[in-house]
Amino acid sequence: MTYLTKPKLHHPDLPKNALGYTRRDYEGPISTLCAGCGHDSISAAIIQAFYELSIEPHRVAKLSGIGCSSKTPTYFLGQSHGFNSVHGRMPSVLTGAALANRDLIYLGVSGDGDSASIGIGQFAHVMRRGVNMVYIVENNGVYGLTKGQFSATADKGSKAKRGAVNDDEPIDLVQLALILGATYVARGFSGDKGQLVPLIKAAIEHRGAAVIDIVSPCVAFNNHAGSTKSYDYVRGHNEAVNRLDFVPVREPIAAAVPPGGVQPIALHDGSTILLRKLHPEYDAHDKVGALAFVEAQRMKGEVVTGLLYVHEDPSDLHDMQNTVDAPLNTLGDDVLVPGSAALEKFNASMR
Amino acid sequence: MKPITRVNDFVVKFANVNGSGSASANALFARAVLRMGVPVAARNIFPSNIQGLPTWYEVRIVEEGWRGRRGGVDLMVAMNPETWTQDVAEIEPGGYLFYDSTRPLPESRLRSDITAIGMPITAICNAEYTDARQRQLFKNIVYLGALAALLSIEPAEVEKLLAEQYRGKEALLDANRKAFRMGFDYETAHGPVGLRIERRDKVGNRIFIDGNKAAALGAVYGGATLCAWYPITPSSSLAEGFIAQCRKLRIEPGTGKHRYAIVQAEDELSSIGMVIGGAWNGARSFTATSGPGISLMQEFIGLAYFAEIPAVLFDVQRGSPSTGMPTKTQQADILCCAYASHGDTKHVLLFPEDPKECFEMGAQAFDLADRLQTPIFVMLDLDMGMQDWLCEPLTWDDSHRMDQGKRMTSADLEAGKDFGRYLDVDGDGITYRTIPGTHPKRGAFFTRGTSKDRYARYTEDGSAYVDNMQRLLRKFETAKDYVPAPVVERAARPTRAGVIWYGSTGAPMQESLRALEKLGIHLDRMRVRAFPFADAVVDFIAEHDHVFVVEQNRDAQLRTLLVNECGIDPGRLVPVLHYDGNPLTARFITREIAEKAAVFNFKPMRKVAP
Repeated sequence: MTYLTKPKLHHPDLPKNALGYTRRDYEGPISTLCAGCGHDSISAAIIQAFYELSIEPHRVAKLSGIGCSSKTPTYFLGQSHGFNSVHGRMPSVLTGAALANRDLIYLGVSGDGDSASIGIGQFAHVMRRGVNMVYIVENNGVYGLTKGQFSATADKGSKAKRGAVNDDEPIDLVQLALILGATYVARGFSGDKGQLVPLIKAAIEHRGAAVIDIVSPCVAFNNHAGSTKSYDYVRGHNEAVNRLDFVPVREPIAAAVPPGGVQPIALHDGSTILLRKLHPEYDAHDKVGALAFVEAQRMKGEVVTGLLYVHEDPSDLHDMQNTVDAPLNTLGDDVLVPGSAALEKFNASMR
Repeated sequence: MKPITRVNDFVVKFANVNGSGSASANALFARAVLRMGVPVAARNIFPSNIQGLPTWYEVRIVEEGWRGRRGGVDLMVAMNPETWTQDVAEIEPGGYLFYDSTRPLPESRLRSDITAIGMPITAICNAEYTDARQRQLFKNIVYLGALAALLSIEPAEVEKLLAEQYRGKEALLDANRKAFRMGFDYETAHGPVGLRIERRDKVGNRIFIDGNKAAALGAVYGGATLCAWYPITPSSSLAEGFIAQCRKLRIEPGTGKHRYAIVQAEDELSSIGMVIGGAWNGARSFTATSGPGISLMQEFIGLAYFAEIPAVLFDVQRGSPSTGMPTKTQQADILCCAYASHGDTKHVLLFPEDPKECFEMGAQAFDLADRLQTPIFVMLDLDMGMQDWLCEPLTWDDSHRMDQGKRMTSADLEAGKDFGRYLDVDGDGITYRTIPGTHPKRGAFFTRGTSKDRYARYTEDGSAYVDNMQRLLRKFETAKDYVPAPVVERAARPTRAGVIWYGSTGAPMQESLRALEKLGIHLDRMRVRAFPFADAVVDFIAEHDHVFVVEQNRDAQLRTLLVNECGIDPGRLVPVLHYDGNPLTARFITREIAEKAAVFNFKPMRKVAP
């Protein structure tokens, strides 16, 4: 798909969402990533999620750091403002942007090098602060743009394309996010769009720091035998703890509820996630249990996916800042500049 | 040795132990003198320490209103046994020593050429108070009372200040007033010394304020809504000042909600990142930091330059390099800020000379950032940032409106205006931007640190890259029209020599120029207020054979910038450098310039065409 040119015209019967937009309205220019790259599948899932939620593209700001993953915001939501910032620092830029205008939706796209190595500090602190955002990590265990060096999420013992073995312990961003206070934590796989799209949709509607660690194989440098981030490995070891159905606020829940083992989770805007349990013991509200489960499975070489933790009543950075309802970037002289009378009072207190 | 006798012109220095509560009593002393209508120049000389190390507070009582340090001490209030020897040694011959005489001192620890005034302060406090903390704290107020008696400060002025400070806390007020009276009555019995403060009317409506507080208020008036910062001396009080002012001035009536956001970030990388994110999204954003923070921010500063994001950085400079002297002053970040980040970059710097200009430039910086779409550095230093300076009251023009610069609106886009984020429509190098969310179908673009064409599309095409870099140079040229102009003053007599300075160096400079005149050295003078340099700066240098450049760093950084940016023959610019971390004195400048002038054989010129 990567090298196909997109025709400007599209089929007149292309389905439209509630806004009258087609899926094409959520696309961007053609991707320049390698053919078969997992990241392109994630871009497609993001497009699908925003399309299905009928969100106006210009109400979204997409920000990224540096690396293959961070290039992808160019390739989706062409009508959204984007910001390709500096390596590992997307979280701070996004935090500032989110403070400036609380009314937009903030999508941060990063990779394993960008988030777990150079940017681990900013990853940690954006979680702590509860910035209202979707934080997508496109995790392939290697540095693609610099041709295949291990990243900090590469599993110990994992083999590089030319045979080198990784000696260092991996960083699991899901576990880190749980500990640091993220209120929505999920893991997906770029090869499972059916699971991924609802995970992204629920993350968009979640108010607070929502992280999705998406294993996304690098076809050029990390898709061989001996890698634990290859398509084959993840397909063979994917342990999905649940499946999500996302029900927007408009739709009555009862009609959509399938029978058996389904737990509805209300989101802040009134929409609902229907969580269908695949693992009978797993409870997505139990943070400690989630940590233990994910770690136990990791030690067995399994990749746990699904919605791993959700806080149903989170608060976000704007709550903690107690900012006014109007976006800060809309405030004018009348409310920001105190004027000469106030200044005279100040002068008097300095004598 | 005859004891010094002077009225309204002497230096009092307090030697204290950090954390002993002396700071507030010492500040009261300075304010009491001001309330007598006599100007002061006060400086806190403090260690990088919270408790236990020596700290000094120096008050220059100076009817003429000079704002720099004089050098030398006429009355030492020696309250720290640890620094006794150096403190006593520092007193001018004929000067005075005030000390706690609870324990008798051997003659050998005093000096025969000074007047020693002992007062059993510890004994007095121990007799009066039982609580250990009170015994310590009230010592400061007791010596304040004693000094009022010795120097003829009207006790009513101190009592008024106490009443203002402890308004609503009557018990504390009474206790302080009593301690003050104890000291005052004790020394009244011993009579005044040769140093006297006489009531004048030389303070007028001037205010006594530090530059960090003034700059913070400038940010409020400049319309800043986002402050992201990381604590670092000497800039922390700027961010904290912004917090304090916002709590007073930026609360939405009715809801109590905040018309601002302040984040204490995890490091300086994060704080500048937030500033860039906020400014990109259309909120006026700033950070406050010092040299080490600027070093950490380099990569982001380059992004803001190249992607053209408005951002305001207050750099309160301190002793450098590395951790340097965190509680000492310097002007040593000039080059580091002017050329911050890798690659070809240049940044706008503003040089306030005192707290009043910290306020003005602090507000103006936000208009400049939006107008020029680039980082703006407001270059304070510790001396003006953390010390209270006497300056003209702050003023504000109520007709001023925020200049948001070139923004393309939803209506512009709807009307079909051609939007190229990096398209120079007006020929001034400044292009139009859109804020995220402006229009549903038009005006979105991708901001990046990589090279791009005029329509913000990624490109590695060399000619598009050069086109963009040349436009950035044009924009920097345009900046000259917007930044504060230099201030030029002619010498009383025509001269072929000049002097240039900037920032806090102005405090001792005026006084030094007066002293130099008395030595027959007449200099035309220019105070540089911003980089890029206005053409007037080049003209000024061209008009003179030699121009002294006085600054507070080792490497003559402003001089380097002048040579580099204006193509000036380095031989014409004579560096006068002071960088030991202490505030510059007029005595130092006068001596340096007089010595160098002798070498160049300056003679006052009789006649020169104006």
